[in-house]
Order: sequence, then C-alpha cells, then structure tokens
Amino acid sequence: MDLSGSVKSHMPRKLPKKDVVIIGFGWTGAIMANELTDEGLDVIALERGPWRDAPTDFPPGYMQDELRYRVRHELFLRPDQLTFTFRNKIDQTALPIRSWGAFMPPNGVGGGGVHWNAEMWRFLPSDFVLKTHLTERYGKDFLPEDMTIQDWGITYDELEPHYDRFEYLCGTSGTAGNLNGKIMEGGNPFEGPRSRPYPTPAQAQPFSHTLFGKAARELGYKPFPQPSGNLSQAYTNPLGLQMGPCTYCGFCEWFGCSNYSKASPQTTILPYLIRKPNFSARDNSEVVKINVDRSGKHATGVTFVDTSGEKWEQPADLVILSAFSLFNVQLLLHSKIGMPYDPASNTGVIGRNYTHQTISTVNGFFDHKKFNFNPFIASGAIGMCIDEFNGDNFDHGPHGFVGGGYVGQVQTGARPIESTLTPPGTPKWGAAWKSAVRDNYLSTVKPGTGVHGSSYAYRDVYLGLDPTYKDRFGRPLMQITMDLHDNEVKQNRFLTDKFAEIIKAMGADHVAKHYRTAPYDITQYQTTHVNGGAIMGTDPSTSALNRYLQHWDVPNLFVLGASAFPQNAGYNPTLTVAALAYWAAAAIRDKYLKNSGRLIDA
Amino acid sequence: MIAGPHGTELQEGPSMVENKVTPTSVRRREFLAGTAMLLFNATPLGAATISGQLPWTPNAGSPPSRIKLGPWEFFTGEEGRTMEAIADCVIPPDPETPGGKEAGCAVFVDRQLAGPYGQQDGLYIRPPFVKGTKSQGSQSEVGPAQKYREALGSFDRACKSRYSGKAFADLSAAERDAVLKGLESGDVKLDGADGKAFFEQAIKDIQMGFFADPLYGGNRDMVAWKMIGYPGARYNYLDWVNRHNERFPLPPVGMTGRAEWTSQAR
Repeated sequence: MDLSGSVKSHMPRKLPKKDVVIIGFGWTGAIMANELTDEGLDVIALERGPWRDAPTDFPPGYMQDELRYRVRHELFLRPDQLTFTFRNKIDQTALPIRSWGAFMPPNGVGGGGVHWNAEMWRFLPSDFVLKTHLTERYGKDFLPEDMTIQDWGITYDELEPHYDRFEYLCGTSGTAGNLNGKIMEGGNPFEGPRSRPYPTPAQAQPFSHTLFGKAARELGYKPFPQPSGNLSQAYTNPLGLQMGPCTYCGFCEWFGCSNYSKASPQTTILPYLIRKPNFSARDNSEVVKINVDRSGKHATGVTFVDTSGEKWEQPADLVILSAFSLFNVQLLLHSKIGMPYDPASNTGVIGRNYTHQTISTVNGFFDHKKFNFNPFIASGAIGMCIDEFNGDNFDHGPHGFVGGGYVGQVQTGARPIESTLTPPGTPKWGAAWKSAVRDNYLSTVKPGTGVHGSSYAYRDVYLGLDPTYKDRFGRPLMQITMDLHDNEVKQNRFLTDKFAEIIKAMGADHVAKHYRTAPYDITQYQTTHVNGGAIMGTDPSTSALNRYLQHWDVPNLFVLGASAFPQNAGYNPTLTVAALAYWAAAAIRDKYLKNSGRLIDA
Repeated sequence: MIAGPHGTELQEGPSMVENKVTPTSVRRREFLAGTAMLLFNATPLGAATISGQLPWTPNAGSPPSRIKLGPWEFFTGEEGRTMEAIADCVIPPDPETPGGKEAGCAVFVDRQLAGPYGQQDGLYIRPPFVKGTKSQGSQSEVGPAQKYREALGSFDRACKSRYSGKAFADLSAAERDAVLKGLESGDVKLDGADGKAFFEQAIKDIQMGFFADPLYGGNRDMVAWKMIGYPGARYNYLDWVNRHNERFPLPPVGMTGRAEWTSQAR
C-alpha cells in the first residue's frame, strides 16, 4: 500500500493490545461497544471523522440552516477524503463521484445516526426468506434470470427480540399493528408480530399527513403512522438516558437534532458508554487496513492513520467492522479478506449483491384559498403510510414484477430552498414563477421519499476496485456498477400510480408524478440506504458472512451494517441494521466468547 | 493511563492532549471543509482519545458567520451589474416583494463563488477528467467560479454584438427577457461556454440566495420568507402541530434575528 504523500513514512507505531477494536463509531459500533464492555472486555472504537454533539455542532441557534447542512453537506464525508467511482454497465468506464448525489455517506461520531430521519421500520417476515418465499408462491420461472436474491439465514422471529431492544433503546413512537399475532386497529396490519407495544405513542400528525390518512382509508386501505425515532413525549431509555419530546421543527434529515428528541448514538448510548472504564474511542482516526496473520484466517488488529498523518497499529483479539456499508466492503477489498466477486464467472463474495432503494415521489398542488398545510411543521419520521403494496403483501402474479414498498405522506418539513415547488407547466423563472411560488408554498404536498420501494439484487450490480482512480492514500477507489432493472422500473410505476391516486383523493388540483426510470442516475438523491457487498447467508460461496455476521474465512472478524443485506426491502434499513448488531453481539456474548472459532460450519 | 484535564482519562499512545484544546482560530468547520489541505499541513486539530466523559470544546462545531457587506468579492463591477440584472429577471420586483437584485441574490452568488463552493473545495478533483454519461455526473476540473467567469464574459460579448454594443444591464426589460429565453432554449449560443447550462445554474443559485438565510447575503430582511409564509429559524411548533388549516401567525426570524433588532441584520 502506497501511503506516501499524506502519511509519515516510518513504520506504524504499535499500541498496547485491546480485547476488541471497533472500526467506525456510528449506530452499530456504539451498540457493539456497549454490549461487549458489559462482558468486561477492553474495547476501543476508532472513528474516521470528528466528535459531534448538539451543544457544539447543531445547537438550536443555528441548526436550521438549509444552505449549510443540506445543500453544502456540512455533516457529511467530503468526497475529497474518500469517494467511489460509478458506471451503469460493466462495459462502461467508471468515473468518480466528484460530489454526492444519489446517496450521502456519513462521517464523524454517531455516523448516519446523527443526521438521519429516524424512521423505525421492521422488515416483513417474508423479507428474510425472500428467495424461498417467492419461489414457493410464484414458481422459480417468475423471477428474472439474472436476479440474485437470497435468504438471509435468519428469520424474523429470531430477530424480533433485537428489534424490540432497539425500539426501546430509542423510545420509538408508533402504533402497534400486530401484537403477538393479534391485529391492532390503527397500526400496520402487515407487520410481523411484535412482543410488546411501542414504548411511546405515535407522533402527532400535521394537516396534510392527516388528510392522506383520511383519503387512504376512504379508498379502502389501512393507513397508520410511520414509526418514529423522533419522540412524541419525554422518555427515559433502559440505559437511564433521557430524551425530550420532538418539537416538530422540520430539521431532521441532513441535520443534527438540537433538542435531544431524535434517537442517535449521542442521545441513547454514548453518555452511558463513555463512563465505562473499559471503553475508549478515538476520533479523526481512519482505519486503512484490517491486519491478518500469515494463515490469512486470523485478524491481528488494524492499522489506522490519524489526521496528522501519523500511522498506528492497534492489535486486538476481536475485530468489529462497523463502518458505513460501502466502507465496510471497501476495507475488506483493501485488506484482501474474502474473495472479490467476479460477475463474469459469478464467483467470489466481496462486492456481491449490491443494492440501493427504488424511490419516487408524487407532489400534490392544492387550492391555496382552501388548504394551508403549514408544511414546515414536521419531523423526519412523521407521516401516514400504507403497506398494502410492500414486499409480498399483494399478489404479484398479474403484475409481472416482485418487490414493493410503503407509500405515504412522509413530508419531513418545508425548508424553502428545496420546497418551493410550482405546478407542472409553470415557467422556471420570472414573474409567473414568482407568483406561483408565493401561491403554492403553504398548500403543496411534497412527500420526498413517498414511494419507498425495494431494490433486489442482480448479477451485474456489484462493487469492486477501480483500475484508474485513487484515494488520497494512493489506494484504488471502490467502483460501483449499478443500473435499474426492468423489475424495479415496473415496481416503481405501479407504486407511484397507486400513490398518486391517494394524493388526488386528498383533493389536489394538480398531481405531478416523478417515476424512477433507468438508467440509475448517481446525481439524483434517493436515500442513503446502500446495501450489500458483504452479505450474510448460509453458503460461503455466495455470502461473505454467516448468519451471525461472522466472516466465513476470518472467524474473529464480524461485519455489521447494511453491507450484510442480501437485498433491500421496501423499508428504511436502520432498525434492521441495529437489530442485526444486537443479534451479532448476542452471538459473541453467548457463543463466541466461550469458544472462539467459527460459529457455523461451512 | 495519565490524568487529563477535567479528570478525563487520557490513555497511553496517540492521545496527544492538545487535540481537544484546539485554538478557536483553527475551527472544525474549516477543518471539515479542507480536510485534504489540513492533512498535508500539520494542524493542532487532530485525533484525540475520548474516555471517561464526553468531550466539549466551545464553538468546536463552528457557528456561522455573516457575510461582509461591501464591494464584490468575486465579481468584477461589470459582472456584478450583469448578475444583478439577471437576478431581477429571474425574480422580478412586484409591489409586495422586492426583486432578486434588491433582495441581495447577486451578493449571495458573489460570496458563494468567492468561498469554498466556487473552488469545489472538499470535492474529489483528482484526474483524469473524462466526460462520461449524464448519469455519471459532472466531471469538471474547474469549479463554479471559473465557469461563471467564462460564461459571464462570453455572455457580455454576445449581448454587445447582438444589441449594438449594449451590455445586458442596459437593455430594455423586453430585450433582457428575450436574451434569457434564448439562452434557456439554446437559441442564443455563447462562444466558449454552454449558455444553457450557465443560465440553469444562475437560476438555481439566484433562487437559492432568495430562500437561504439572510446571513448569506440574499433574502434581505427575509423578504422571500415573508412572501411564502415560512417562519424561518424557529425550532418549536409543538403548539401548532394539531392546529390544522390555520395560518401560523408569527413573522419569520433569521439566524441573526430580525432586521429591526440589529443595525446590520439583513
């Protein structure tokens, strides 16, 4: 590895050995650190970005700055520091993502948990056994030939206690739809059985969100409030940390919460974790390699570089890779751990089954003399949704595609740079534009990610290393090959049309549909839900990790995060990411620490 | 282990105590905006070990600073005059709400181009630069500042050759609109610059200045927020979330308060 230019040339300075080194200090790193320190292990977490918290980084005096945080990406990683290359097709030349578009990777303590919306969705029971389920229901010929979806190697029932644990850590506000198998009025009737109600009641719903619920119900659907990590009331979590009620300021996504109302590692774990004598963290320290011994089967620790260019080696008995999904995969490739995926021969595992999300929206323009939505009153996970068209909740037979998503009025606020929309046909500038903006701002429904569709895996959608472009350490950038396949395009058209019918039924004068179409465009933001590349499964030839998120080849390495998703469901991923971290932590505590080695025979 | 300030336990190894006692002159925001530069120039703001308690440094996250009023920082006088004229076409004045020029939108664009945005600071600007597909995004070696400079120069020449030596700002309202419509449709071509792309960018930047916090130079006295009914930098609507279809009664506030509260507030 050529680290010249930015790293001081001498050999890394070796630090005293730790029991556990954690790479990346966001949600999963914080969860794992808290679990393993409870076992008495000496744990260090390394974070590439800076320390962050409400009083210094997003206080209520100036956090409501759309230009700084949303448009100029204040809290995100700078592409200068690390980016990826991108192409749609294998025969194209990949080019660097020079500024963020389709997704925006986090940076800093708390990771994406600092600036997320805090939507708290569980995946459907059928999502975890997707290949088996769809094949049984529709036959194997129904799936496109090049679709490479897989079962996860874990069931919903196994994950349920860990979903529950994270929901209670965060104080999640919601209405149960399925309590121990009993369908509950007002909740999501399609959700898997939950063992207890949400810890706090659903958030209040602003006007347009309420109207969506009413229109959906009149059309025969079963609308319910989106489960939210922005709290409807004050809450003390099981670690004794207190959160205040959300004030509906409308600055969640892209922004940090200044009010201690949004679940984040900072509000739910860190103040508790930091007091433990067997825990420490280092910020501004980027891990550049996971080290393995000569056998290649045992991790010995990590090498990291701090912001002064000093290189360090941190030895440890157990390595937890818990960076953002894409960076997990990239670090495995740079560390040469696991066989890289090759789409031509369909062999190898690292980089396999990369997926994103299939997002679209419908904007509704209402008569401003009759409707005032005060759209700036909202939270990141507010909204009324329906789940009739998610996963396999409906018969796909007549439609010729698989997958789906929730749809809903999930408008997160109305920051004026991005939320001054005009009805179709309005000029883009001039007097007509100006008066249309004035007349429509308070009476427009702008759901953003209103159609939140799944993204299934394909043989030619994957991650690898780029032959040309390098990062600041001289290492190859990771290359993303990604396009939308017909299945997702059809899925999106179907869902977007259904969604538009409800917006129309709310009373909109004009409805503007924005379908998601091919080619996949790296400049158009969808969500930061990028998944796969180091997936979990039951077969070491098609998965990087076993069902406990333990690396098949290197048993003292566990890889957390959405990189483990074999494909993406029609929901936001964080609750599943966190539940899997608790699941892996339980496996380490109950099994691995008693007998370190492979927890599953290959 | 050694005892650090305020009882923090600083562990052996790369703890380097000075890191969390960063002089406010080297602020986090500058660090974030110029990571690469700072990597090559040793900075006192670096890695630190955190244990025992949560760290807190005053202003570590860097509060915003208001733009300085006064002369153009990026534009030449002539460029500034052109941009103000364009801003008034994109957002024309009307009896209730000032136009783009009076709202300060050209000042906003000027300060943005003079700052990190103009130079693509923080973006990945390593070679090779290859033109790709639309879905691969911009692959430009030069930043918005240089693009504006080139396009504004070419735009000025195009106007003068079309209207017997007159600059854009000296044209009649009808002539200005005709030129801009020509740029938008692609009928008016610029020599050595993409006129359509330039005007699209200018519309976006001018409108962004109109709706951003007044502290950045546009939206003077929150005229745009008043026009649309956006209450600004407030953070508590608990009393209002259940009051449906009622107009929120309070006027906007900006990050620096309201114009009548401070002599310099914009």
